Parts: sequence; C-alpha cells; structure tokens
Amino acid sequence: MILLFLSSGLFLGWSLGANDAANVFGTAVATRMVRFRTAAITSGLFVIVGAVLAGGGATRTLGQLGSVNAMAGAFMVALAAALAVLWMTRAGLPVSVSQAIIGGIIGWNLFTGSPTDIDSLVKIVSTWVICPLLSGVFAAGLYVLARAATVRSRMHLLAEDALTRAVLIAVGAFGAFSLGANNIANVMGVFVSAIPASSVHLLGFLHVSSDQQLFALGGIAIAVGIFTYSHRVMMTVGKGLFRLTPMTGLVVILSESLVLFLFASELLESWLISHGLPSIPLVPVSSSQAVIGAVIGIALVKGGRNLDLRLIRRIAGGWVATPVIAALVAFFGLFFLQNVFDLPVHRPVSYELSEVGMERLQEHGVHDEGLAELEGAVFETGRELSSALKEKTSLGMIDREVVVECARKERFVVTLKRIETLDLTLLTVGQIRALRELSGREFGYSWELESTLAAESDHWAMLPDTRDNHLANKRLRTNLRQLLDAFRTADTND
Amino acid sequence: MAESLLTGNLMGCYEMSGNGVLDETPKCSFGGERPMTNLFARTKLLESKIDEFLNHTSEVGLLFREALKNFLDGRVAEFEERRGKVSDLENHADELRREVERQLYIETLIPESRGDVLGLLEQTDDVINRVKLALMQVSVENPQIPAELGDGYLELADYGSRAVQELVMGARAFFRNTSAVPDYVHKVAFWEKEADKVAERLKRRIFEMDIDLSQKIQLGNFVMHVDSVADQAEDVSERLSISTIKRSI
Repeated sequence: MILLFLSSGLFLGWSLGANDAANVFGTAVATRMVRFRTAAITSGLFVIVGAVLAGGGATRTLGQLGSVNAMAGAFMVALAAALAVLWMTRAGLPVSVSQAIIGGIIGWNLFTGSPTDIDSLVKIVSTWVICPLLSGVFAAGLYVLARAATVRSRMHLLAEDALTRAVLIAVGAFGAFSLGANNIANVMGVFVSAIPASSVHLLGFLHVSSDQQLFALGGIAIAVGIFTYSHRVMMTVGKGLFRLTPMTGLVVILSESLVLFLFASELLESWLISHGLPSIPLVPVSSSQAVIGAVIGIALVKGGRNLDLRLIRRIAGGWVATPVIAALVAFFGLFFLQNVFDLPVHRPVSYELSEVGMERLQEHGVHDEGLAELEGAVFETGRELSSALKEKTSLGMIDREVVVECARKERFVVTLKRIETLDLTLLTVGQIRALRELSGREFGYSWELESTLAAESDHWAMLPDTRDNHLANKRLRTNLRQLLDAFRTADTND
Repeated sequence: MAESLLTGNLMGCYEMSGNGVLDETPKCSFGGERPMTNLFARTKLLESKIDEFLNHTSEVGLLFREALKNFLDGRVAEFEERRGKVSDLENHADELRREVERQLYIETLIPESRGDVLGLLEQTDDVINRVKLALMQVSVENPQIPAELGDGYLELADYGSRAVQELVMGARAFFRNTSAVPDYVHKVAFWEKEADKVAERLKRRIFEMDIDLSQKIQLGNFVMHVDSVADQAEDVSERLSISTIKRSI
C-alpha cells in the first residue's frame, strides 16, 4: 500500500531525473564533450549519493512549510507537482520540480485548512529570485576568469579540450550530488511526515534512517528518469536556449552546481555560522532557474547579444504558472480522492487553547483580552482558529501563527518500544535517560512534550538564541522533530 | 571527406544515415571511454603530429624558394634534389593529416572546432601541393627563362615563401593563442598582394618581349604556378581568420 502511494513520488522523481538532471549535463552532452552514457551513469550515481548523504537539510524547510501528514494526501501533492512539471515540459519550458511541489503543498494546506508557514514560504519564494540571480553572477564571474585563464595559459586547443572534458565530468558529478542533496526534498519531502518511522541496520552497524531509505528510493527514481528520458531534454537545454561552447557549458554547469550546493549543504551552513558569517537558508532550489540564470549571466558579459528576451519572459511566466497549476491540481485532486475514493488525505488535527497553553502564550509575550474568550473552544482546522483570532483579538499575523501552533492538539505517547525505533546515535546519553523517564506518559501538545523534556534534563533545553548556540539548537530541533514523529499517535480523540 | 573516413578499420564504425549524411557518432567502442590520463597522453601525441605537419609546411615553403633559385642559376641537380625533398615532405604531411583527422573523429575530440581544424589542415595541405605542382611543372617543361626575368621569378617565389611562413605561424597561434592570429593573417595578405603585383609586372614584360607566342604562354603559365602558392596561403589565412572569430564567441 505504501508503495502504491509512493508511486506518485517516484513519478515525480522520474520527472526530476528527466528535467532537472538534464540541466546538469545538458550542455556537456549537447556539445558532444561528454557521451550520454557517461553523463547518465555519473549523474545517476551521484544523485543517489547526494540524496542519501545530504538530503536532510532542505527537506526540513519543506517540512516546515506544511506537513502533509497522510499518505493519500502526500500521493496527491506529488502527483499534482509531477503533472504540472510534465505539462510545462510539453510546452517546452524549463521548469523545476521545486516550483511545482511548493504549489502542491500550498494546495494541500488550502484544502485541509492547515496553516501555511509564512516564514518558510517567504524563504522559499525569495530563492526563486535569488537563485537565478546568484547563478548569473557566479557564471559571469567564472566566465571572465575562465576566459582570462585560457588566454593566459596559451594551452593547446587539444589540451584545453581534454582538460575541459575531465573537468566537465568532475563538475557534473558535483552538480549531480548537489542536485540530489537539494532536490530530493522535492521528491520525497512530502512523504517524510506521512510515513511511519522505522530505521534499519544494514550489515549490523550501518544505520539507515527511515528518511534515508525514502531518499535512496527517490534517488533511484531520479536515476531511472535520467536513463530513460533525459537525453532529449539535454539536447534542448544544450542547444535550444543559447549556443554554448564547451567552455561556456562548463561555466554554466559549475555555477549551477555551486548554487545548488550552497542551498543544500549543512556543512557549509555550520561553517558559515561558526565563522560568524550570515548563513544561507537550506531550501530546495530549482536547477532550471540556476541554469537560465547562468546562461543569461554569460550572455550579458558577452554584451547581451543573441539574448532572446521574449523567450526569457515566457520562461519566467512558466515559473509563476507552475506552482499555481500544481496548487490547483492538488486542491481538486484532493477533493476527488477524499470524496470519490473516500481516502483520508490528511490526519485531522483539532485546535484547542488549553489553560496551560494560555499560560505558555503569556510567557511568550502573546497577550490579548480577546484570547480568554477562546479558551476551551475547539476548532477543526487551523484556518478556523486563525479567523476566529482575527475577529476576536487584535493580534498581528505572526502572533496569530504562534497561537495556532500552540493550540494544535495532537496525541503523543512515549513508550520504551517507540524510543527504541529512534536513531539513538543522534542523541546524548543524558537525552536518552530523560526520555526513558517519560516512558508511559502521554501529551496532548507538542510543546507540552518539549517543555516536559526540557524540565527533565538540561540536555533537552534550548540554549539562549545566540550565534554560538545556533547549531546546537538546530541539532536539538532536529532531534525533537524525530521524537514528535515517533511518538505521534494517529487517533487523537480516544 | 566522408569517403576517406569509410576506409580501413573505420569501416562499419560510422554509419550513413538514410539521406546519405555521415553519422558522426562512432558505433564501435574504441577510443572515447578510455581513462583520462590516457586521454591527456594521446592528446599530446596528436598535438605533436599537428606541429610536425606545420613544420613540414614551413619547410616546403622555404624549399620552394631555394629550389627555384637553383633552377634559375642552372644548378639542375640541386633543384631536382630539393624537388625530391618537397615530394617526400608532401607524402609525409598527407599521412600526418590523415592520422590527425582519423583520431579527431574516432575520439570525438574538439567537437565544436573539429570542422575548422580539419578544413585548416586540408587547405594547408593544398599549399604544399601547389609547391609540388609548380616544381614538377618546372622539372617537366624545363622552360628557357630569359635572364632579365630571373629576378622577377625569384622575387615572386620569395613572397610566396614568406606568405607560407606567416600562415604557419598563424595556424600555430590558432591552436595556442588566438589573439595573435589576426597579425599573421594580415601579413599573409600583405605578401600575397606583393606577389600579385610582381606577377602582373612579370606577365606584362613577358608579353612585351620579342619571343614566340608559345614561349610567352609557357612563361606566363609558369608565373601563374609560382604565384598560386601565395594565393592558396591567403585563402587558408582567410579561413583561419573566420575560425578564430568562431572560437572567440
């Protein structure tokens, strides 16, 4: 059954392989510098490696946007995204799975009345501008450097050719790795909160978490997409947009890979933070946007000739249309699944402001006279609560989000058996001990479980929000998410 | 081109598509997927072959002038020796060119500039052929050249030789330092123009002379043969100039 629902995710993975992976090697294959077979094997392999080893970072941001919490819902979201991508590909527009999946999730949020995390949405949508821009700047800079280097080195045309080939394959592998790390979130991200957690130990010592199993599966789907369908797309990418020489093709691939890497690397994020530098949000970005940005960057450095402005406008239009189409398809598809097939597309979550919850809000500096009126009232969706808040209180949008989050009623049961399913290698001894102490207890709110744990042991307490503590807190949040997923019990009302 | 590729062990590795166009993707698996270090080593070998080909061209250009000088001085044995040397160089240059072409295709090297490089090599080979042909013509016809025309022929051969030297420099620059190519192209054009002036002057003088019409025509043809070396060098240099522009955009 799980595989049946996953099928749409695998379909999405396939279209990611056909479209986005084609961006990585497209220019190399189209200029006949790298053979399709070499490109397909290299990118297939490195996409899987990237997805499994480094797929976590961007996935969490996507999970925050809205956690699709039922299999049938996740199925529809992935299907809507895949259909939107397929449609745009047929129209000959380079789009990415990134744009489509965001639309799909928002469609799910709208249909189920779940709140959309504005913060994450802004983060993601802003990268749709930043990503091509950054890629364009990288490409322009790298192109100038590469041109100067070839003039200066006086390398023989043939030696230059051999070097370009070798570098193309190396950079392409890096690009595929980054694509896997960054974009696996798009393919499998929606399934992360929908699939029951169970990690396995391979060969007795290699721990593979449930997320990683999902990512490996998604990676394989992407690889299949690369082998079966990407050749055509590669030729379009390499020849259709702009006539590229092998050298400019290399610059395009390198800039795109760098951008994908920047937005996926947890390692880089922690390095930036530990050196007191501003960090880059880990979000799934679009490889198509990166490629287009890079090509435009190079074209501008060359004087802006041959740049088809009408085509660019059409492509940009496609970037806007894709999420909208995906959202609409998801919305109506979910309606269909729920009412025709009678499938649960989301796990109903009720919202209730408890007395303790009110106290917690006070502590967090959220107070309004109208709030007292809502105490004890039960709402079926977050949206209902949000509109009630709008009516009865004078709270701002951010505060209303805090209240909704605080009122989200779920059931968490801590048992020794469930503790054992956790990835214990990520936890400290103190944390595990505190967890065992809570065994047998139940919690109605996620924050209730969190604050009880924090009271039980300092190992579970958030540190003051300073730059130095950023990474430790981030790790803690990852662990807490793992706990919530493991202890969450479907039936909230009994 | 397509004909020559479909010979020897290449047979069957390239296929003609339905419309008779040669499919450039090799269907056999030799070359291409070999280890990278090997690729660099083979590239070096190919580079040296191209360099050797250009060396031959340059040498043929120099031999051209010297051989003609020998002939005009009446030193026929030395002339024949130099002519033989040109013939040998021409044969070897042909072999080198074919090997380079074959390897460029088999290993799908420099896909973007391959057509230009092949064209450059073939046309440069034609310069050698012109020299060979001109010397053969002299050897066969053994024209009686009036003493007052000797300097003119020598001057013509000298300009042709200079054009070939500049062309070879330009071709080398095309592979390593494209920004220098226009300088050489310009010089080739200069020597070709000078050669044309000399050729016209020579022909006018020949037809003003009091000799048989048959001799006039023979001497006139001889002028054309000698001048054709500079002409061919200029044709190649023009192509070189276009290929260079193509590489820079």
